[in-house]
Amino acid sequence: MGRIGERFARLRAQNKKALVAYLCVGDPSIEASVELALAAVRGGADMLELGVPFSDPVADGPVIARAGARALAAGATLPRVLDVARRLRAETDVPLVLFTYANPLLVRSLPRVMAAARDASIDGLLVVDLPVEAAGELRGEAAAAGLDVIPLVAPTSSDARARAAMSVATGFAYYVSVTGITGSAAAPLEAASLAAGRLSREHGVPVVVGFGVDSPEKARRAAGASDSGADGVVVGTAIVRAIEDARSTSDAARAVHALVKSLRDALDAP
Amino acid sequence: MTTLPGTFGAYGGRFVAETLMFALDELEAGVREILRTDEFQSTLRELLRAYVGRPTALTRARPLATALDPDGVGLADVWLKREDLCHTGAHKINNALGQVLLAKRMGKARVIAETGAGQHGVATATACALLDVPCEVFMGAVDVERQAPNVARMKMLGARVVPVETGSRTLKDAMNEALRDWVTHVAHTAYCVGSAAGPHPYPSLVAELQRVIGDEARADMLRESGALPDAVVACVGGGSNAIGVMRAFLDDDVALYGVEAAGDGVGTARHAATLTRGRVGVLHGARSYVLCDDDGQIQEAHSISAGLDYPGVGPEHAHLRDTGRVTYLAATDREAVEAATLVARRMGILVALETAHAFAKVAEVGRRESARRGRPVSALVCLSGRGDKDLGTLGAWLEASGGAR
Ligand SMILES: Cc1ncc(COP(=O)(O)O)c(C=O)c1O
Repeated sequence: MGRIGERFARLRAQNKKALVAYLCVGDPSIEASVELALAAVRGGADMLELGVPFSDPVADGPVIARAGARALAAGATLPRVLDVARRLRAETDVPLVLFTYANPLLVRSLPRVMAAARDASIDGLLVVDLPVEAAGELRGEAAAAGLDVIPLVAPTSSDARARAAMSVATGFAYYVSVTGITGSAAAPLEAASLAAGRLSREHGVPVVVGFGVDSPEKARRAAGASDSGADGVVVGTAIVRAIEDARSTSDAARAVHALVKSLRDALDAP
Repeated sequence: MTTLPGTFGAYGGRFVAETLMFALDELEAGVREILRTDEFQSTLRELLRAYVGRPTALTRARPLATALDPDGVGLADVWLKREDLCHTGAHKINNALGQVLLAKRMGKARVIAETGAGQHGVATATACALLDVPCEVFMGAVDVERQAPNVARMKMLGARVVPVETGSRTLKDAMNEALRDWVTHVAHTAYCVGSAAGPHPYPSLVAELQRVIGDEARADMLRESGALPDAVVACVGGGSNAIGVMRAFLDDDVALYGVEAAGDGVGTARHAATLTRGRVGVLHGARSYVLCDDDGQIQEAHSISAGLDYPGVGPEHAHLRDTGRVTYLAATDREAVEAATLVARRMGILVALETAHAFAKVAEVGRRESARRGRPVSALVCLSGRGDKDLGTLGAWLEASGGAR
């Protein structure tokens, strides 16, 4: 079992929900990203999604799209994101998931990128615009490098599609709470949590709920009950917004820490 | 029942967020079960006849052949397939009308579109006005400015025009924004894609709706000149007018040429020559050639013509390039403006700047094909649209370069 599987097993044994924190690496700088990621871990994040900035982030709302533009302006590239992962691994053992669009992977040699990701102690990959049918080659190469590939399931996925995604999921699956882009408001979180919980129990693979989780109260709703809900929640836009609103890196680190801690406390509250 | 091909060789497919997969499945089913029925086809055919004005004319352009090749060694004749005579002034209406009619039959309450030159936006707004469906068009802020007449037309037609301020603020970014809107409102919204690009089934669907261009042109060539043309030339942005005219000739002994926008030149950083200079990647839901850097970041395209100012290209063209069935050339901004001027002066036709790129390479096509065949050749040019929308851009260019001859 990889680091991701072990983490979920441990959380389950403790009857706890996973808190996954997303950051866009390079926003506002490569250096700052290391500090901000560690602030999220200190705040209680169980796992980090390291966002690889992309020029055309069609699945993202304005907040994460702006972060990506700042990161690209700061010189972020896939190899630099992997450098950040390596530096994080020296400080923490939380699982690291590369969160990316397809093109930065596909312009390179897949076996080589997978090996580089593994050497940088990445544990899994989530490729937003690579649906299950298109990800066969990636799954093969990732498996060869010992990396998990996390599929997305949406409320619009048919039962057959959801089953297909779950049957190839390694590590965990990501249930998108809304039909929309990241940062969309008014997500029906309870329904998403129940759907995620159902898939998780049926397939024996953890399922987390993401998109639209931006407050302790919503984190609780997205996580749901311990017996029927999701295995965890992902928080992205709220973290990225806290970084955008901060005046300095240390300010941002404080804000990220406080935000993640408030989410942690909400998830852990009885 | 035929299923649409989802890939063209190594290209095409669906590279989109999971949320959109059901909508693409639904659209594919719509194509199979609604669009391909006799009832739908006859309704569309009647609209194309009585509303769009099809079949469009085939014009013999001897004066142009003579101007381009005074000695007559390369070009025997040039023929023009007059898509500029379509209602709204470009081939885009063939596709928009088909897709909006399909959206309506599929029960969609709202149609969105992206547009570069504004021709597809105008065509979609027109179809939506006729068929009474609310319409929103995403358009890069740069294009809103350089294609102002088309913005005014869309508004007059009752469409909402949404200026896009992200990225290069051109066609690529308009498509990003349209995709974001679609993901968010996917249940009741139809996305009317304007070129033979995007995720499956769009490249096939758009080609199917545009192939009327080539089918008509092929029949008219046989009737009016007694022979097929030796070569067909079309400009390539996303590739819809090109694939529309080429599909009918794929199995014939007819040389096919696509012309991309070379901007300042393919050797510079400012061009839109995706097939000439790009590499294989994924943009807007399909694998094809794209302009991107070593890190996979999409690069900004540059062209004087908004409709060709796009760093991607439809997947079928990527395949036709690799197999060698179609030859892709590139024309610079300057060559396009000169060609537009020449066609205006010799033929009395003001062509769109997009179309002008095709004309810019007709002489070269004549040289290549006459050398290959050992005789002067005939070329059919897809005159994809009219140039009224470009008068501002053309005027500014001609003034800056000291006026026309
Ligand atoms: C007149 C005209 N021709 C050509 C194009 C390029 O599109 P495509 O390559 O899809 O035909 C456009 C796009 O706006 C256009 O308006």
